[in-house]
Amino acid sequence: MNDTTVARLAAAVKRYGPLTALDGVDLAVRRGELLALLGPNGAGKSTSVSLLLGLIRPDTGRAELFGLDPQRIEARRRIGVMLQSANLPPTLRVCELLRLTMSYYPNPRGYDETAVLAGIADLLLRPYGKLSGGQQRRVQFALALCGRPELLFLDEPTVGMDIDARQKLWAAMRALVAEGCAVVLTTHYLEEADALAQRVVVLGQGRVLSEGSVDDLRKRVALTRIRCVSDLDATAIAAWPNVASAMREDGYLRIATAQAEAVVRRLLDADSALGELEVQRAGLAEAFTELTRDAAEAADADQREAA
Amino acid sequence: MQTASSTTASAAAVGMPRRRVLGAYLEEARSECLRYLRAPGFLLPVMLFPAMFYLLFGVLMARSNGADAARYLLASYGVFGVMSPGLFGFGVSLALERDGGLLTFKRALPMPPGAYLLGKMLMAMAAAGVVILLLLAMALSLDRVTLAPLQAGALLLTGMLGVLPFCALGMFVGTLIRGQGAPGMLNLIYLPMSFLSGLWMPLPLLPAFLQRIAPVWPSYHLDRLALAAVGMNRGPLLVHVLVLAGFAAGLALLAARRLRRHG
Repeated sequence: MNDTTVARLAAAVKRYGPLTALDGVDLAVRRGELLALLGPNGAGKSTSVSLLLGLIRPDTGRAELFGLDPQRIEARRRIGVMLQSANLPPTLRVCELLRLTMSYYPNPRGYDETAVLAGIADLLLRPYGKLSGGQQRRVQFALALCGRPELLFLDEPTVGMDIDARQKLWAAMRALVAEGCAVVLTTHYLEEADALAQRVVVLGQGRVLSEGSVDDLRKRVALTRIRCVSDLDATAIAAWPNVASAMREDGYLRIATAQAEAVVRRLLDADSALGELEVQRAGLAEAFTELTRDAAEAADADQREAA
Repeated sequence: MQTASSTTASAAAVGMPRRRVLGAYLEEARSECLRYLRAPGFLLPVMLFPAMFYLLFGVLMARSNGADAARYLLASYGVFGVMSPGLFGFGVSLALERDGGLLTFKRALPMPPGAYLLGKMLMAMAAAGVVILLLLAMALSLDRVTLAPLQAGALLLTGMLGVLPFCALGMFVGTLIRGQGAPGMLNLIYLPMSFLSGLWMPLPLLPAFLQRIAPVWPSYHLDRLALAAVGMNRGPLLVHVLVLAGFAAGLALLAARRLRRHG
């Protein structure tokens, strides 16, 4: 650890009965960075966030917030939080919720500034319970940033928002990061991580599967997929230069490559009867699916070996 | 690593001025009161249920008894009445808010410890005050109970402070049971405990065994105090106050610990 780390998990393990939610996770959030936490449901994203917030304690390993136990109020005075689901009191007005939350912090952001930054200036006098789902999320975002936090936890912040609201939230997050605020973002939306994150940690089965920049993650599968009907031998093609893999599946020849143009040219030369050619670029989504599927298969294999 | 930890820790030690912490407590209490005043559907039944009980059993059913009996019933039903906002106002709202994620959110925020509970406590005290005032109004107008102003005041004070041990009990149950299960569980405590400590029927009318174990129930001790307030109990009071205070502190500590650790 160096002193730019604002929050971290060290070999954190958390079990719920027979279920291991986190299986030795190391995670460090650095000052001023936007870290995206990706993973399918049940991968351990929420558990990781809960540990960092001090809502639960690790069975073994450690969780730290600014070098302190996350349950210490001194540490939490430097964070802002937007949880996945929180039923705030429906009869309170937005301005009352905002003033209440601001009162918890030693040096909160200005009231008007917060309202403008979160895009809730028009909602301040409305009771929280009368707002739409997307509007409620915006209010929760305002509550998260009103304390002028050094570290912001956003758990699935844009769920239920329309495209316009999502764009505004993204802009606000960028503004916060520009101010030097670190953000831990968990999300299902890969384009969100793609658009915002400097670093991406992929969780699966309670472990860290990959950690690096968005580009690193993309490079892991910066491949193009080729599918066609052809009699060519898959094993032979697999040996071609620039071909990552080739196999026959459901009557189709499937090839993964980083140099689609060259491979397609050679394919067409080699088999004039080749048909149904399809070329598709693998996105971040596929990278992610691949990564988590590999982990799931590996876990299955482990279990079979153990059995 | 150790040195880095300590530098970040010392930076974090920059605290919050006491005035702002106090302000946070006030804001929390204000919000808690506001939200329930705006949603009377929750607290109104909690206050009206014991009042109705008193009207039916304490006033209408017991008309033929003497003036002493009427005062006795007023005090006992008053205790029964203040238990309700304590157990339900506190316990059920806590159980529901644990379920809905509000409490989790508050625990993640740097809310001063106890501010949330303090707000609920003030609300329960206010509700208890309303219950006693309702009962007093009925007793004085319908039942022609004679009560010195000082006695009425003492009963009101007993009720408003006496709600606190039941807040602690409600809070403890609220930390054990989530959401919709809490009201049932609390009724299972509320009604038998009221009966067993002689709030519905004077203790001497209960079987000897039940009379002997009555001091186990906190409501018994509060009843002793309420009876003293209306001039019906001349025995020592300090022991009852101490039992109630100990009961409240013990349960509140247990509950606070559970809340901090598990939410």
